[in-house]
Amino acid sequence: MDEFKQGIKDGGAIGIGYFSVSFTFGIAAVASGLDWWQALVVSVMNVTSAGQFAGITIMSAAGSYIEMAISQFIINLRYALMSISLSQKVTREFHTPKKMLLGFCVTDEIFAVAMSREGEVSSKYFAGLIVLPILGWHLGTVSGAILGDVLPNNIVSALGLAIYGMFIAIVVPVTKKNRNVLLIVLLAVALSFCLYYLPGLNQISGGFAIIICAVIASAIGAWLFPVKEEAEEEETHE
Amino acid sequence: MNNFWIYMLVMFGVTYLIRVLPFVIFQKKIENKFVRSFLAYIPYTVLGAMTFPAVFYATGSVLTASAGVIVALVLAYRGKGLFEVAIFASLTAFLVALLPF
Repeated sequence: MDEFKQGIKDGGAIGIGYFSVSFTFGIAAVASGLDWWQALVVSVMNVTSAGQFAGITIMSAAGSYIEMAISQFIINLRYALMSISLSQKVTREFHTPKKMLLGFCVTDEIFAVAMSREGEVSSKYFAGLIVLPILGWHLGTVSGAILGDVLPNNIVSALGLAIYGMFIAIVVPVTKKNRNVLLIVLLAVALSFCLYYLPGLNQISGGFAIIICAVIASAIGAWLFPVKEEAEEEETHE
Repeated sequence: MNNFWIYMLVMFGVTYLIRVLPFVIFQKKIENKFVRSFLAYIPYTVLGAMTFPAVFYATGSVLTASAGVIVALVLAYRGKGLFEVAIFASLTAFLVALLPF
């Protein structure tokens, strides 16, 4: 039971952060023509930020189902990388049925927090970890869909930073402890700038660009600075 | 708009399989050192590439976003938690937007 409680505790910050992010999703969903309950259904069935924003854009433009499938595939493909990483860190009792149930809740933040846990990740810990983020995600969606018109525009646009603030809060402490991670993250960021701005390269869609940057930088990292066994769990020893 | 529920089914199906299939398929520990190292770097390179440069366009103003990013970096470096960093970054962007220029 302790593992479950620890998970809930570790998920609290993500839950509050998700509330603000999905609040903006709720607003956008209603603005694109969905009912509040449809916005909630989108959140319940997806639990992804970028994927959902792309989804409602395609729906409101009456895009084809194929277009929807391809966009979701490209934007969310990074989760496949995360799931492979996570599969290497879970305990033995985290068996297939549990994976099929809980694996759906692999998000950027939940994944990152699970990976930064010392030692292995048990299914109880992971189950606890997803409780508050999911609650926050769904409550935020409904609140945004219903109350969105009440909030002034400048507050809504400032909240757009919340999700990136969370990313920064996850990455920076690790780069502070481990110089190799810092160099590799800076490389990924530099590549990301190139793919965003350089003519030709900026034609690549955002979802693919993220994967390209992460794969190249991580491969170079693995080549230049191979991680010592168990070192992933003990970065403080660096 | 086409059928809402078919859209939902497509979104759910694609997203579910992307997340769950790799998780279920990779049962054993991967022994290869290169692959293990590669996977260890993935969380941080993905988040880094997702954040920059997209974060500068997150508020609709590069100026307010940059102010928020600086605050986020400083707070994260000082070891503040996810929520604190996220809220103070947003608050900074909000306040800078109020400045008269």
